[in-house]
Amino acid sequence: MTDDQGDGSLAKGTPVEHGALSGPDASLQLPEREMALRLDAIDKRFGATVALHGAALAVRRGTVHALLGENGAGKTTLMHVAFGMSRPDAGTVIVNGTLHQFRSPSDAITAGLGMVHQHFMLVPAMTVAENVALGGRGRLSLHDVTQRIDTVSQQYGLPIDARATIETLPVGAQQRVEILKALVRNASILILDEPTAVLTAQESRELLQQLRGFVVQGGTVVWITHKLRDALEFADEVTVLRRGETVLHANAADVNEVTLANAMLGTTWTPSSQSAALGVQVKQTVKTSVGQGEERLPTLALHGVAHHDTSPADRLTDISLTVRPGEILGIAAVEGNGQHALLRILAGRLTPTAGTVHIPPHVGFVPEDRHRDALILDYTLAENVELADLGTRRGYIPWIRSRAQATRIVEEYDVRAPGPYAAVRTLSGGNQQKFVVGRELQVGNRALVLENPTRGLDIQATADIQDHIRTARNAGAAVVVYSSDLDEILALADRVVVLYAGRLLTPAPDRDAIGRAMLGLSEQP
Amino acid sequence: MTAHLTLLADILVRATPLILTGLAVAVAFRGGVLNIGADGQLLVGATAAAWVGIVLTPTVGVIALPLALLLGAVAGGLWAFVAAYLRTRFHVLEVISTIMLNFVAVYVVSYLVRGPLQEPTHIYPQTDTIPSAAQLSRLLTSTRLHWGFILAIVLAVGIWWIIRYTAAGFRLRATGANPYAAASAGRIAIRQVTTKAFIASGMLAGLAGAIEVCGVTFALYENLSPGYGYTGIAVALLADLNPLGVIVSGILFGALESGASALQRDANVPATMATVLEATLILLVMAGAYIRARRKNSSALITPSLSITG
Amino acid sequence: MTDAMTAFLEGTIRTATPLAFAALGETVVERSGIINIGLEGSVIAGALAGLIAAGHGGVWNGFAGAALGGMLVSAIFALFAVGFRSDQIITGTAVSMLALGGTGTFYRLLYGASGAALTTPTLSPTAIPFLSTIPVVGTALFAQPSVTYAVYVLIPVLWWWMYHTHAGLALRAVGENPNATIVAGISPRRVQLIAVLIGGLLGGISGGTLVLAQAGTFAEGMSAGRGFIAIAIVVLGRWRPWGVAGAALIFGAASALQYFFQALGSHLPYQLFLAFPYVLTLVALATARGRTNAPAALGQRTLQTF
Repeated sequence: MTDDQGDGSLAKGTPVEHGALSGPDASLQLPEREMALRLDAIDKRFGATVALHGAALAVRRGTVHALLGENGAGKTTLMHVAFGMSRPDAGTVIVNGTLHQFRSPSDAITAGLGMVHQHFMLVPAMTVAENVALGGRGRLSLHDVTQRIDTVSQQYGLPIDARATIETLPVGAQQRVEILKALVRNASILILDEPTAVLTAQESRELLQQLRGFVVQGGTVVWITHKLRDALEFADEVTVLRRGETVLHANAADVNEVTLANAMLGTTWTPSSQSAALGVQVKQTVKTSVGQGEERLPTLALHGVAHHDTSPADRLTDISLTVRPGEILGIAAVEGNGQHALLRILAGRLTPTAGTVHIPPHVGFVPEDRHRDALILDYTLAENVELADLGTRRGYIPWIRSRAQATRIVEEYDVRAPGPYAAVRTLSGGNQQKFVVGRELQVGNRALVLENPTRGLDIQATADIQDHIRTARNAGAAVVVYSSDLDEILALADRVVVLYAGRLLTPAPDRDAIGRAMLGLSEQP
Repeated sequence: MTAHLTLLADILVRATPLILTGLAVAVAFRGGVLNIGADGQLLVGATAAAWVGIVLTPTVGVIALPLALLLGAVAGGLWAFVAAYLRTRFHVLEVISTIMLNFVAVYVVSYLVRGPLQEPTHIYPQTDTIPSAAQLSRLLTSTRLHWGFILAIVLAVGIWWIIRYTAAGFRLRATGANPYAAASAGRIAIRQVTTKAFIASGMLAGLAGAIEVCGVTFALYENLSPGYGYTGIAVALLADLNPLGVIVSGILFGALESGASALQRDANVPATMATVLEATLILLVMAGAYIRARRKNSSALITPSLSITG
Repeated sequence: MTDAMTAFLEGTIRTATPLAFAALGETVVERSGIINIGLEGSVIAGALAGLIAAGHGGVWNGFAGAALGGMLVSAIFALFAVGFRSDQIITGTAVSMLALGGTGTFYRLLYGASGAALTTPTLSPTAIPFLSTIPVVGTALFAQPSVTYAVYVLIPVLWWWMYHTHAGLALRAVGENPNATIVAGISPRRVQLIAVLIGGLLGGISGGTLVLAQAGTFAEGMSAGRGFIAIAIVVLGRWRPWGVAGAALIFGAASALQYFFQALGSHLPYQLFLAFPYVLTLVALATARGRTNAPAALGQRTLQTF
C-alpha cells in the first residue's frame, strides 16, 4: 500500500524476521529524519512478569503503522511507554528525532503524541467540547473550543457534534472525540489502541478513511490491533510483537495472512506443506478426545445460552456446549469476546439472560483476579477455605475442621505456607493460586472452571497448577479451562472450542485453525 | 472501698449504652454498612420502652420489662430498616439517611414528651416515671449499676461467638471484608446480608435506648442521648470492630466520660473534652491504618469501598 | 396576612443564608469527588472563631476569622480523606465530633465553665434602597444583613467559575472520571485539596453568619446539624449552584413555615416543622435518583486505575 522505497529500507518481497529487533543495526535501515517515533530495546516488568523484553518499534512519518500481536504480547504496554503512562525499565523513546523521557502523558502530548485508549478516557456526563477542552487554562470559552473542534473535524473529515454529551454518542463517535482531543492539541503522531474492536465493519472503514486523511496531511498513525485483515488492508507497515519481543517488521505489501499469523502465533504453517509429517507434528500439540467418556452423562451443559450486557465484552449468543466427566474443555479466545461471562455462567456465578444451564450444585471456580474474587487477603487459609460456597452453609462452623481442610490442601497441593492460620496475603502468588485450586476442588470435585489460572505465576507454579488440573480430570472431574495463552490451552485441553464475538466456534483441532478462529479468520460458522 | 465501688459503678453505668451502641456500629461496619444512625435508633428504642412502661404496664404486668426491652430493640431495628430500604431500593447513601433519621428521632421524642406522653402535671418535658415492673433492678444497691450492664456483656459475648463461629456471622464479615470474593467465591447474597446487618445494628442501638430508660433514667426526656450513637463509632473503631474488644473500649470510654464529668465538677475542665479525645482516637486509628497499609503496600485498587482498617 | 407572608419570607431568607453558604461550599467539594460530612465541624468552628475574632476587631474581622476556622477544620479532613485516602465517611464523622467537642471545650475554657454567654454585636439589616421597597418580597430579599447579599453574589460567581473557567471544568471532571483528568495533565489530588479547603472556608462563613448576623453569641452545638442538612441540599440541588441555592431556600422555608402556621393560628406541633426539613431530605434523596445525578466518582478512594 505504500510506494516510497526510495531510501532502500526494506527490499520488496522480503519480510524481515527477527528473534528480537533491537539495536542500531535495524534502525540504520530507516534514516532518522524519516522517523516519527522510534522505540528501542524497551524492557518492562510488572513484578515477576516480563511484559516487554528488548521490544522495538520504528514508525516512519506519514505512514499508518500497525502493531500486531496476540493477547499479552505487550502491544498496549509498549504504547503506554511511548505515551508517558508507563516508565520503561530500559530502552529509549525518540520522537521526531529527539530523545525523550516522559514523566507523564502531558509531556508526551507536548512532544506531539496523542493516544486513543482502548477504554476511552472521557467524561461521560460532559459534552464533546468540555472533554476536548479539559486540561487548558484560564477562562473557558466553549464557543471557541467548539469552533476549533469544527475546524479540526472538517480538516480531517471527522464529523462530530461538539455540543453532544458523550454518553449519548455511539461508540464510534466517542472514538472520534478521543481522536479530536489529540488533534486539537496538534498531535502529529496518533496512537490508537484496538480502535476497531468496538466498531462495526462500516464504522471501521470510515475510521480508516479518516486516518488516511490525517496521514495525507502529514500525520503518522500507530495502530494497535489483533485483526490481521485490517492491518493488511489499511496499514503501510506492520510490526509484530510476540511475548514482549519484536519478531517482525515489514511493509504491509510484503506480507500476507500466513506470515503475519505465523509471526503472531510462533508457528511455521505454510499452505503448501500439508504433508503427513506436518500432520503428525500438528496432532502432537493437541490431544483429541478419542471416545473417552462419551457415553457418560455430561456434568456441565448449556443449551441456547445468551447473555445481554451493557458491556460488549460480556455478550454471548446461542451458546450450547457440554462437558463430560473426565475431560478438559479448553476455551480459546482473545480478550473481550465473551469468555468472562461464559466462564461464570458455567461456574454458576452468573445467570444468563436466556437459555438453560445444567450444572451441579457446587462448581469450583478459579477466577482470573484471585485477589479480588477468590480470596480475602487478610483472612487466614482456614477462613478462606470456609469462604467457598459460604452462601449456602448453615449453623456452626467448626474451625478445627477448616484448619484440617486447609492443612490437607496445603499438603496435597504443595502450598508453601507457614500453616493454616497464616494470612493468605503472606503467600506468594503461585502458592495462593495452588491453594485456590485445591479449595475449589474440595468444594466441587465434580466440576471445575478455571480462568487464566497460571497468569502471573512463575514456571514451577505454572507446571504445578497444570498438573493439578490434569489430576482432577483423571479423577473424573469435568474441567473447563480458559487461558489467554493459546499454548497453555493446547497443552492441557482434550478438546478446544473458540469464542469469537460471543459465539462458539469449533475449529479443527490444530493450533493454526484455532488461532485463526480466535482472530476471526475462520470460515466456519 | 465504697468510694471505689461507687466510681466503678458509675463507670459501668456509663459504659452500658456505649457497649451496646459500640456493638451496633461494629456489627454494621463489619458488614460494610455505615450506620451513623445509632443515636436515632437508640432514641426510638427508648421511646418504645417508655411507652410500654407508661402505657402497657397495667395490661401486661410482670412482663412489662422484657416486653419493653424487646419492643425497644424492634423499634430500633425498624428505624434502621427505613435507611436500609432507602439504600437498597433507592441507592440513598446510608450515611446521610441515618443522620437525617437521627434528627427526626429527636423531634419525635420532643413531641411525645411535650404532648401525648408528657407527665401528668404537664410542666416538664418528660414522661412520667415508669413503674417498677418495667424497671431493671440494681446490681449493686445504692449505686446506679443495673442488670442492663450484664445484658450488654452477654450480648457482646454472644455476638462475638456468632460472628466467629457461625456461618451467618462469617458471611457478615466476609461481605464487609471483600464483597467481590463473598459474591464470587462464597456465592453469598450480599444484599440480604447487608440489610440484615443493618437491622441487627438498629436493634442493638434500640436496645441500648430501652435499657437506658428501664435502668437509668426511668423516664423519657429530651437530650436522653448525649451522642451515644456517635461515641459508639469511636468505641467500635478503637476495638477494631471486635465485640469483645467493644466491652473493653466501652468501659474505657465510660471511664473517660466519668472522669470528664468529675473533672468538670472538680476542676472546671469542660466535659466536652471527652468528645475531643474520642474523635482524636478515631483519627489516630485511621492514621494507623494508613501507615500499616503503606507498609503492606496493599493493592488499593481492589479494596472495597468500605475498608476501615486500610 | 401579608404581614405573616412577609415575616415568613424574611425568615426563609434568614434561615437559608447560612445553609446556602455551607451547601455551596459542599457543592464544590463534592464536585471534586469527595464527600465531606465533616462540614458540620467547619460550621461550628467558624461560629466560635467568628465570635472570638469579632471580639478583637469587629464584625468583618469576625467573618475572616470564621472563614479561617472553617478552613482549618477542613484541612484536617483533607489530610486524611485526600492525603491518606482514608474512608471519607468515618473521617468526616470524626472531624465533626472533634470540632463539636473542641469548640465546646474551648468556649467553656475561655468564657467560664457555666458557659456565661459572651455576646457580640451583630450585623443589622442593611436595606438596599428602592429594591427593599418592593411590596411583599422587598424587605425579605433586600433588607437583610449584608452577608446575605454576599450569598446573592456568591451564587452567580460560583456558577460562572464552575462552568466558564478551565479550573471549574477540571473540578467537575475530577469528580466524574479522575483517569481522564490525569491523561489531560491535571492532578486530581491537588484539585480535591483545594476544593475541600474552599468548602471549609464557606462552611466557616456559614457558622460565622449564625453568630455574627443572627444569634450574637455562641452556644455549644449551635450548628444543629446544618452541615449535614447542607449535604442533603447539595443532593436536592443536583450539585449545581443555582439548584443548591433553590434547595437552600426550600429548607429555609421549611423552617420558617412554623412561624407562618403559628401566625395563622395553627396548632400543629412545632416539632413537625422542625423535623420537616430532615424528612424532606429523605424524600428528596429517594426521589431525586441522587446516585444518577451525583458526580460519577463521588466518594471514590482510588484515583488512578491504569
